Amino acid sequence: MESTDQRKYFRNLLLHFRPSEVPERTLRLSLTWGLGGMAVVLVFLLIGTGLLLKFAYEPSPEHAYDSILYLESQIPFGQLIRNIHRWSGNGLIFVGFLHLLRVFYTGAFMAPRQLNWIFGLVLFTAVIFSNFTGYLLPWDQIAYWAITISTSMLDYLPGVGTGIKEWILGGTEPGPVTLINFYALHTAILPALLLFVLPFHFWRIRKAGGLVIPRSPSEQPGTTGPMVDAMPHLIVREAAMAVLLLAVILAISMFFDAPLAEQANPGLSPNPTKAPWYFMGLQELLMHFHPVFSVFVIPLILVAGLVSIPYFNYQAETVGVWFCSRKGRKTALAAVFIAITATVAAVLADEFLIGDSLAGPPNMVNNGLVPFGVILAACAGFYVILRKGFKANNNEAVQALFTLLVTAFVVLTVIGVWFRGTGMQLMWAG
Amino acid sequence: MERETYSRRSFLSKLWIVLGALTFAEVIWMIIAFFRPRKPRTGAVEHDAIIVAGPVDRFEPGTVSAFVRGKFYLARLEDGGFLAMSRTCTHLSCTVPWVAGENKFICPCHSSEFDIRGDVINPPAPRALDLYPIVIENNVLKVDTSQPAKRSQFAADQVSYPKQT
Repeated sequence: MESTDQRKYFRNLLLHFRPSEVPERTLRLSLTWGLGGMAVVLVFLLIGTGLLLKFAYEPSPEHAYDSILYLESQIPFGQLIRNIHRWSGNGLIFVGFLHLLRVFYTGAFMAPRQLNWIFGLVLFTAVIFSNFTGYLLPWDQIAYWAITISTSMLDYLPGVGTGIKEWILGGTEPGPVTLINFYALHTAILPALLLFVLPFHFWRIRKAGGLVIPRSPSEQPGTTGPMVDAMPHLIVREAAMAVLLLAVILAISMFFDAPLAEQANPGLSPNPTKAPWYFMGLQELLMHFHPVFSVFVIPLILVAGLVSIPYFNYQAETVGVWFCSRKGRKTALAAVFIAITATVAAVLADEFLIGDSLAGPPNMVNNGLVPFGVILAACAGFYVILRKGFKANNNEAVQALFTLLVTAFVVLTVIGVWFRGTGMQLMWAG
Repeated sequence: MERETYSRRSFLSKLWIVLGALTFAEVIWMIIAFFRPRKPRTGAVEHDAIIVAGPVDRFEPGTVSAFVRGKFYLARLEDGGFLAMSRTCTHLSCTVPWVAGENKFICPCHSSEFDIRGDVINPPAPRALDLYPIVIENNVLKVDTSQPAKRSQFAADQVSYPKQT
């Protein structure tokens, strides 16, 4: 009797975030892959290790680097704590990205979950900027130059860019003010934003009546199926996933140290200098486009597209079906192949065929409008062919277009991270 | 009588809204002002920006000398004229080294190249290296590093020549 009472209290506590009963079908690993839960675990791991690091780190150019060296060599478990923090931060971007893909490809952004897609985008943005602001803090050569080139991209925003850059940096180049700005953002503003928006993200799941019900393409929508108690069925699965993730992060952190180069030297840019890996796609775009297009026009269009995805009028009810339908699976797969081929071909062509004939300062027409127009026309053509030629409905066509662009971005990131060597020359495997 | 009280009440409630909005605007203004780029704490004096590079004869024509303290390069062209150029790449602000063997500046970050006059010979850099004003007094070169001047490309009137004596 007493034990059931206790269980009830425990259940009531969890009830605020978890329903007491959930549809059995939503427990399947092939629906969520546990990605949202993993992201939460990583957030708590980051807060925990981050609080410890706060007691060891000194945010000034004179002492930041030394305090990291001291942390790594003198403080018990200092290196391990820093490793866990670093790899969890990178892991959170990775897991968050996969979570975004999962939500997209199961149609979990459609009504009534539109607003939660937006909350998710806000959280993902906060995660990226948390990583970015944290990147500077060790004040080593990697950090200093990555922040220099990333913030200099702002110079190409028409009108306000340079002002924003100098506002963030507190001057024209990274210095003491930059470090304290990034420190405040990294350790107070962004975590507060994250913890403020997260409950809304959870609340919208409850509000939508839980997760989407997974079903096969041939199944009719609307069948919820049998219900099971959240405790133990859901909670135990989540706990198992959390423990597994902790083990993986711990193992990685034991064997791989977080990178630390020489102390920052404003007079010497290392060769090559690269942005953080999650901005490498953007940096790769910069190699091929006029900066106004690569840091302003194209990102603006992509962000606008991401935000508006849930608000299109969709023809079919595809919530809960992986990749919309059988045709959706084929068109998405085709988009992956087309994007890989076209992106690699375009990068190689620009490097070896077009590159040299364009010697001299890049101009808005040759490096901007023309290639941008070609890509825009190709995307529009792709959409029209799917709709008219393959009789795809707009769920499938939008999905294929999204797949095309995401794959292209991933390919650009891979090229930037592994296939750019000294002087940012293309090379075979780094 | 009743209408009067109502209008007074609605006037006061509108006043509250206006005052609230004003307060909000003031707070926003304070926050923005707080983050305005600040002057260096050490209080760098204006004339610290003027770097004495040295006597004109010290620099051979066709060479480039680096000044670490002023963060600039002094180039002496073949015709004896001088250019003081920022070492910051105009593409994404990396520090550009002078490669004497190849007679050009090569940026390590995105392989932009500039000739001895700072002109772009290989993109992605969008414009020539920034300039600093040069003053030549009694055959001694001084460079004012307080404010770099942007330019799209090299022009003959950017070069400073020592007085022929």
